[in-house]
Amino acid sequence: MTCDNEVPVPAAGAPVRRRQFLTFLVAAPVLTVAVPGTAEAVIPTLPQPAEILDLGEILILAGTPTAGALAVLSVGEDGIVTLDLPRAEVGQGITTACAMLVAEELDLPLGQVRVTLADARPELLMNQLTGGSNTMRSVYGPIRQAAAAARARLLAAAAAQHGVEVSRLSTRDGAVILPDGRPILYGLLTSAAAQLTGVFAAQPKPASEHRLVGTPQSRIDARAMVTGQFRYTLDRDVPGAMPTVVRRPPTINGSVRSVDSAVARTMPGVLAIGVVPTGVAVVAETFGQAMAARDALKVTWNAGTIDALSDKEIRAKLKAATLPFVVPPLLTQHLDMEFDFAFVSHAPMETNSAIADVRDDRAEIWAGLKSPIVAQQTIAAAIGLPESAVTVHVTQGGGSFGRRLFFDAAIEAAQISKALRRPVKLMWSRTDDMRHGRARAASHHKLRATFALGNVLTFEHRVASVETDFRHGLGEILTATAASLPVAGNLSFAQTVFLTTCKVPYNFGVVTSLLNEVPLRMHTGSWRSVYSANTRGAEEVLVDQLAAKMGKDPVAFRREYLKTARQRAVLNKVVAEGDWGRAMPKGFAQGVAFHDEYKSCTACLVEIDARDPRNPRVVKAVIAVDVGRPINPRGLEAQMLGGLTDAISTTLRAGLHIDKGLPLEGSYSHFHYARQKDTPKDVRIFVMPATGEPGGAGELGVPAAVGAIANAYARATGVVPRSFPIIFPVDFEPFPR
Amino acid sequence: MPTYTFVVNGKPVTVDAPADLALLWVLRDKLGVRGPKFGCGIGVCRACTSHLNGAEIQPCVTPVAECAGQSVTTIEGLASGDDLHPVQEAWLEQDVAQCGYCQPGQIMAAAALLRTKKEISDEDIDRIANVCRCGTYFRIRQAIKSAAAKM
Repeated sequence: MTCDNEVPVPAAGAPVRRRQFLTFLVAAPVLTVAVPGTAEAVIPTLPQPAEILDLGEILILAGTPTAGALAVLSVGEDGIVTLDLPRAEVGQGITTACAMLVAEELDLPLGQVRVTLADARPELLMNQLTGGSNTMRSVYGPIRQAAAAARARLLAAAAAQHGVEVSRLSTRDGAVILPDGRPILYGLLTSAAAQLTGVFAAQPKPASEHRLVGTPQSRIDARAMVTGQFRYTLDRDVPGAMPTVVRRPPTINGSVRSVDSAVARTMPGVLAIGVVPTGVAVVAETFGQAMAARDALKVTWNAGTIDALSDKEIRAKLKAATLPFVVPPLLTQHLDMEFDFAFVSHAPMETNSAIADVRDDRAEIWAGLKSPIVAQQTIAAAIGLPESAVTVHVTQGGGSFGRRLFFDAAIEAAQISKALRRPVKLMWSRTDDMRHGRARAASHHKLRATFALGNVLTFEHRVASVETDFRHGLGEILTATAASLPVAGNLSFAQTVFLTTCKVPYNFGVVTSLLNEVPLRMHTGSWRSVYSANTRGAEEVLVDQLAAKMGKDPVAFRREYLKTARQRAVLNKVVAEGDWGRAMPKGFAQGVAFHDEYKSCTACLVEIDARDPRNPRVVKAVIAVDVGRPINPRGLEAQMLGGLTDAISTTLRAGLHIDKGLPLEGSYSHFHYARQKDTPKDVRIFVMPATGEPGGAGELGVPAAVGAIANAYARATGVVPRSFPIIFPVDFEPFPR
Repeated sequence: MPTYTFVVNGKPVTVDAPADLALLWVLRDKLGVRGPKFGCGIGVCRACTSHLNGAEIQPCVTPVAECAGQSVTTIEGLASGDDLHPVQEAWLEQDVAQCGYCQPGQIMAAAALLRTKKEISDEDIDRIANVCRCGTYFRIRQAIKSAAAKM
């Protein structure tokens, strides 16, 4: 049935069984995206683009026409409510937070909510992209509205069945409660509710009535994970899909010139071998046998696209591409600083992997995908099928950190399946993933602050970065929302992303931030916090040095120049809880930093043991976070903990060395992502009380922690770090190419 | 192709496999035991960590031939039916997992450590070198301490 606030579920995939399921597809009132002013801001610094409309809001704006179709809820006769969520869960905890929204609105125990990940739904247009810390911001309204409408229908069904006014009914524990106190379980009402016609306007509960949302909850999938029952892409059985690996070129984007597979074909378990655009695919009965045969192939290669380039040349290109400052250092005191950041692998634990079954007239794909619609379009084009013939299933991923915005394994698996005419289960090796996977782009930073008479007059930041690839649908989103973008002129996508994600949170007078990109034909991609980890990290180091130059304590200085009381509150929280300024033994020091993005803000205070400057360890961290409205504080704390560990890793030791067209790092024994021994034994995270709507949380934790760690290192050693990671030797024997 | 008989999670199994085929692929691809995860294939990420006769191993670098006549326990075999192992319980209590991919290996490493030591120090925990790319280390530390206190 169709009514004002509801439309029927489109018949995609399995037919909906009306008799058994009540399925709502609620067209919620059109989301209105406010373009807030900056009432809180004191004037000295004009609002920056990200303060007017940030990337997360751009994604919401692009998704607005389809927001009403976003949340598909079904109430089963067993009382289980299932939300089919058009987003990707990769560890960030959105399925748990979304289940909480459903449970809250339906007055249902959390354990009765299931969340599945929706297949690619092209009708959602731009509203199926998981990125920009945007999920809870974009689904907070639509999911609650869908659940509220479901509740209204269940109430109406109970009212009709029992001949009472809806106003005399309530809901509790998954049941409608009759006036005499008898509960009628939702499962007993769902069928009748599905038959109702009419309009069921329903408003979600006001936040003041939330009993579950805002309370700490454990992940809904935790038990499956700790018992080994949780199924990732490679754990699935698709009939006929056998283990598949690819022999890859010795340099990025190299291609096959010739293959001698005579020996490999005779090896035990080998089922098929074939050349694809990215290398030579080997299918076998087990992955072990596939990898053994892969290694036995004799392949010659054509050149790649950056064969002549190593870190040295790339750094020189970046330095040359850094735009000049506008403000000359005349008549005022000034501070100039420069920083370099290395490439960083996303390195999720689950390597790129995908299952593909491509037939003459159709294809089916399974993979962890954050932009499945673009994946569907691209795969369809690559294998010569209409988009409607390509079904793309989104599986929960073993980590992402931005990596699964791209679908490299899915498209490759489809190409292999087509070429070898058989279903395949493709796994990238760890070395494939580090050397031929994507990476955070290396960047060079030049900063200048001028000051006089105790005031900061100007602040300029010039970022030169290797081009970050956004060809996962973001370009289309920015084009579609161009009229609303808070940036003038014909900026590139990258500059738009930069300006709508990074902002200086301080009143530093005239502030200008500019990005210039160096296009290199290599595999890059957004890495948790995109530009902010490097850009804001560098700025927070400069802030400490500027404070020192102006004779101020780093905390007192930040307090003075932060724009809002809300920002100062998180800083004050870590200062108090972390006992800022306490005496520390020689070689130890505290460091502090602040960051604000996507309507959230955080401060981080760390203590570092740098008695051996070549072997430092962050020994304690205190973090305060204000996300406007925390849905699941326990999940939020997990995100901040993850951001901290990312910052420890990338600031101190983890990066990629590019050598003649290929990263040298080939595994975790080379790429030094933090282990237990590198992380603090004492971490305290404080979630500030809810004050408004949810802000972004997934990437928020990285930039402030980068700044705090670098500042602590500088204070402990007396050496201000200028190149990240700080400790970055090639301390391993690289694997053969 | 040689045949090997050993015990996996309490049940005897017999497989045909090359002697040097890593146990990980025998478990995952021949026996359908998918709890142990691939992360590196060279024993450095330790996502596949399981037990051989109760001691920690990395199946990705353990040839199947070495398991003949032995007893292998994977994450699926750690609990007794629905009764979780104290380490698994502690993992739930601390809500450790994020993406969860490394956690079977983390749990098996912690369980192996707690089998050999009752008093666990921070230094003992530091020696667990399993990679968690989501960076859950602090919660892992708390969970191990909690499990140790209860065991």
